[in-house]
This record gives sequence, structure tokens and C-alpha cells, in this order.
Amino acid sequence: MELIIEGIIKAIKLLFSLDREVMDITLLSLKVSGIATIISVFIGVSIGTLIALNEFPGKRIIVSLVNTAMGLPPVVVGLFVTIFLWRNGPFGFLGILYTPYAIIIAQSVIATPIVMGITIAAMQQLPKKLRLQILALGATRLQMVWLLIKEARLSLLAAVMAGFGGVISEIGASIMVGGNIKGYTRVLTTATVMETSKGNFDIAISLSIILLLLAYFINLILTHIQQKGHWR
Amino acid sequence: MSVIEAKGISLNRKGHRILNIFNLRIDEGEVVSLIGPNGAGKTSLLMILSCLFRNFSGKILFRGLEVEKDITAFEYRRKISMVFQEPLLFNTTVFENVASGLKFRRFNKRECRRIVYEHLERFGIIHLSTRLARTLSGGEAQRVSLARAFAIRPHIIFLDEPFSSLDKPTKDALMEDLERNIRDLKITAIFATHDRDEALRMSERIIVLNQGEIVQDGSPEEVMNHPCNEFVASFSGMETIISGTVVKNEGGIITISASGVYIDAVGDVAPTRKVILCIKPEDIVLYPVSHKLKSSARNTFTGTITRVVPSGFYQKIYLNCGIPLVAYITNSSAKALEISEGINIMASFKATSVHVIRQ
Repeated sequence: MELIIEGIIKAIKLLFSLDREVMDITLLSLKVSGIATIISVFIGVSIGTLIALNEFPGKRIIVSLVNTAMGLPPVVVGLFVTIFLWRNGPFGFLGILYTPYAIIIAQSVIATPIVMGITIAAMQQLPKKLRLQILALGATRLQMVWLLIKEARLSLLAAVMAGFGGVISEIGASIMVGGNIKGYTRVLTTATVMETSKGNFDIAISLSIILLLLAYFINLILTHIQQKGHWR
Repeated sequence: MSVIEAKGISLNRKGHRILNIFNLRIDEGEVVSLIGPNGAGKTSLLMILSCLFRNFSGKILFRGLEVEKDITAFEYRRKISMVFQEPLLFNTTVFENVASGLKFRRFNKRECRRIVYEHLERFGIIHLSTRLARTLSGGEAQRVSLARAFAIRPHIIFLDEPFSSLDKPTKDALMEDLERNIRDLKITAIFATHDRDEALRMSERIIVLNQGEIVQDGSPEEVMNHPCNEFVASFSGMETIISGTVVKNEGGIITISASGVYIDAVGDVAPTRKVILCIKPEDIVLYPVSHKLKSSARNTFTGTITRVVPSGFYQKIYLNCGIPLVAYITNSSAKALEISEGINIMASFKATSVHVIRQ
């Protein structure tokens, strides 16, 4: 118990001292997970909308595959991204394994199905006649899709939150493709694991608190936008 | 000149024929009601006419131009407008909803604002312009939906049972505004409904649809007083529908035998021909058996009341006079005549009240 209390006190001190290394790790986490979320929103929302708005053979199979992929284990993603980016792998020539780019790729792979799955559900929840109504008002196909996305914006913001939550908290893929290199690919989750294994509980606790605060503030902003849209 | 013409329209779904329309022409400025029971194909026909359904066979011509050949479906849809049963408003303000069609057409802001306010005023919702669509009542929401459809000044507007989910006072007020705007703006309109009274009030032409086919197309007077078959007769409110055989034709009066009862009607049908007789309930007069009524009515029968159905201000009386008859009687008359099930009563109707359909 003493260990925990001592750890928390040290963590708070560390937090307020604005330790350079901790700040760098936090910024990198935010950058990597933020970019991965943006990529996954771009891919997930567009492909999810395409799947939801079109009827084609095998649609149910594809939707069930997307839904399954929403629970992709990060270590499995980490393993395959590592294989693909390995020196002799298909994309080895890029030379980005053990760089932040590799983490972004892995995290995008994790978040995309989450965003896509929620997008499909959100789009399918809109009344079918709404599409016809938009077309009957003289909209182009692009204008129709944009308006439908706007109509589903509350659920889509939930998709963004779920996607961001999924990647900011994952560790398996980040450690496998990033390598936890100090000052380069070390993010909050990988640093927490390392400090815990070294017995530096104070630093580990402070990193965990930062991670929680970061996740909370990002979700607070998104929730604010979402609820503002809902109750306005 | 025709605004829209549909030729050889047929729509099949899962091997089942939903629609089969040989030819339908709507002229400039016409307000046409498309009437029929649920499942008659009214919505499907409107969807096809508005090119929102594409998997049908046949041609749609807009002012003589074939859609998808001479003009694209998109170009055509920019000239029409559609209002659905549900208001289907967007999750934004009333102003933005009404402006949506104009924004799709890239109207400049000032022009857009002017048109939106003009139409908000036309439908009496200018005070709601900043309200969010989801906070509106059903009637208000449908007004917004109509204003949105009218704002783009369509050449033709399709209305798919827009009042079906509204209460009567709201519906009446909205119908009045809709009628006025259609008239003022001289817009051609096709109005689908299953409500006979709505059709009579709204239109100058009624098309009766049943099982995907047009069964009658004519003026309200034609459809209501001269139905072409049993289905239209029952839809136009003729509650007594009986089969019979003509036994005599003399001086414009035909006598028909139905279950051994002889009925006189006006018409010219050769004896031995089978016919269907249709009588509106309001044309049948009821009076007590003891009462000796002097009247010009050629058909007078004694019958027994089999059922009494209260229907608000009047009662619906089912009689067995050897033939089944249905009559309406006001509540006060029902009280005066001591109407109840099982009593005997006299029923009479004129030969001119009997509509005869050749079989």
C-alpha cells in the first residue's frame, strides 16, 4: 500500500515538474494515435458508407468480417505489420519498421474496422426513404452522401471516439512495430510497461495518469461536439 | 401539353407483378389524385414517375423528352419534387431544411434566403425558421416538408399520402394551405391517397389504382357516380353492391332480378344480361312499416334490420330485404324510428339512384 501511495505522490510531482522526457512521450502518443485515428476515419467512414449505401452480393459476409475485425487483437496486427515491413517483407524497402510511421500504420489497421463497423451501423440506421428524399430534392450522389454523413454525425463521432480509444490504449502493436526506442518510438503505453518491469512504479503511475487524462480530454472534446449537435 | 407521360410501365418483384401501367399522361397544371387501397401500387408508381426507382421497364417522358435517353434521371429529378408520408426532415433548423434543395442547386445566399422566407410564409411557418426540425410537431414537420418541396419550384410535385399520419384538424388546415399553394403557383401535382374525401377535395381528376393497374381514370364526378366496376364502386362509397340479371327493358327503365327481388334502374341493358347494381347508402330512405309514404321512388321493400353500426353523427343500418341493403340514418331519425336490430322497416330508393355496371 505504501508503495502505491508513494508512487502516486512521486507521479504527481513528476507531472507538475513537466519532465521533458515525459512530455515528449506524451506528445508522440498524441501525434501517432491522432494521425492513426484521422487515417482510420477517412478510410473507415468512406468505405463504411459505401458498404452501407449499396446492395451487392456478399454484403452480409463483408459486414460480418468488418464486425469481427473490430476486435482485432493488437498483437496480431503488430505481428503482420512487422512481417510486411520487415527487411525482407513486401514493404521492407520502405525502411520504416521501428519508426513512428510503423506505429501509425499498425494503429490505423486496428482503428479502421472499429470506425468502419460503427459507420455501417450508423448509416444503416438512417431511414431508407431519407436517401430518396435527398435525391428527390435534386442532390447529386456526392451531395446525398455528404448529407447522410452529416445526418449520422452523432454516431460517427462515437466511431471516432471508439477508434481513438482503441489505439491510444493499445500496446501490443506499438511495441512490436515501434520497438519502444527512447526519444523516437516510445509512447505512453510502451513506456508504462517498461517502467513497470524496471520497478519504477512512480514513473509508471504518472505515465498511466497522463494516458488516462489524455484519453479523457480528447473524449471530452468529442463528447462536447457530439452533445452540442444533439441538444442544440 | 403533357408534363409527364408514362408508357408501358411494369414493375416486378420476386416474380410478382407490382405495377402494370399501359399509358398515363399528366397535363400541365393538372392536380391528379392517385387513389387505391394499401398495396395498390400508388407509392411504387410515384417512385417510378419520379425516377427514384430505376429497376422497372417502360418509358417516362418529361415534356416529350425520354428520361435516361434525352435527359438524364438527375436532370429530370431537378425538375420535380416529392413529399413522402413521413416528413423526413434533416437534423438541422427549419430554415436549413427548406433551403436544402436550393443549396443543392447552388443558389446564391441572398436568393436562397428570399425564396426560403417566401415559402415559410406560404405554409405559415415563418415563426419556426430557427427551430430544430426534431422539436416540431407532426403537422409542423409536414408543413416544413411541403415548403421544402415547393421552394425548388418544381414543374411537377408528387405527394405520397402526406397527411396520413396527421389528426383531422391538422390535416384539414394543411390541406387548405396545400390546395392554395398548388393553385397560386400553378404547379402540376400527383397526390397519392387511400382517402376518398382527400382525393375529392384535392383534385380535378382521379385515377383509381388496384393491384398495380389503373382501373378507372376520370373526373371525381365520373369516378364517384359512375364507377366502372365493383372495386371502384366500393371504393367510391357505394355500400350496396348486388349481382342480378336484367329481365325487362322498357322506356329507359330496366328491371333487374336479384335473388328473386325485382329492382328498377335507369339504363339501357338488354334482357338476360348480367349486371351489378350499386347504391349509395345516403340514397336509401328508411321509414316505419305502418307509415304510408307517397313517393316517386320506384323501389320500395320491406326488410329486417340485421345490424346497426354507430358512426358518429349517423348510424349505418344493414337490412335484409331479400337482398342486402346498407343505409345511413341520422341519430335523431334512428331514435324517432326506434331503430334496433331485428325490427321490420321499409326501405326505398329511386331508379336513378341505382348505378348499373354491365358484367
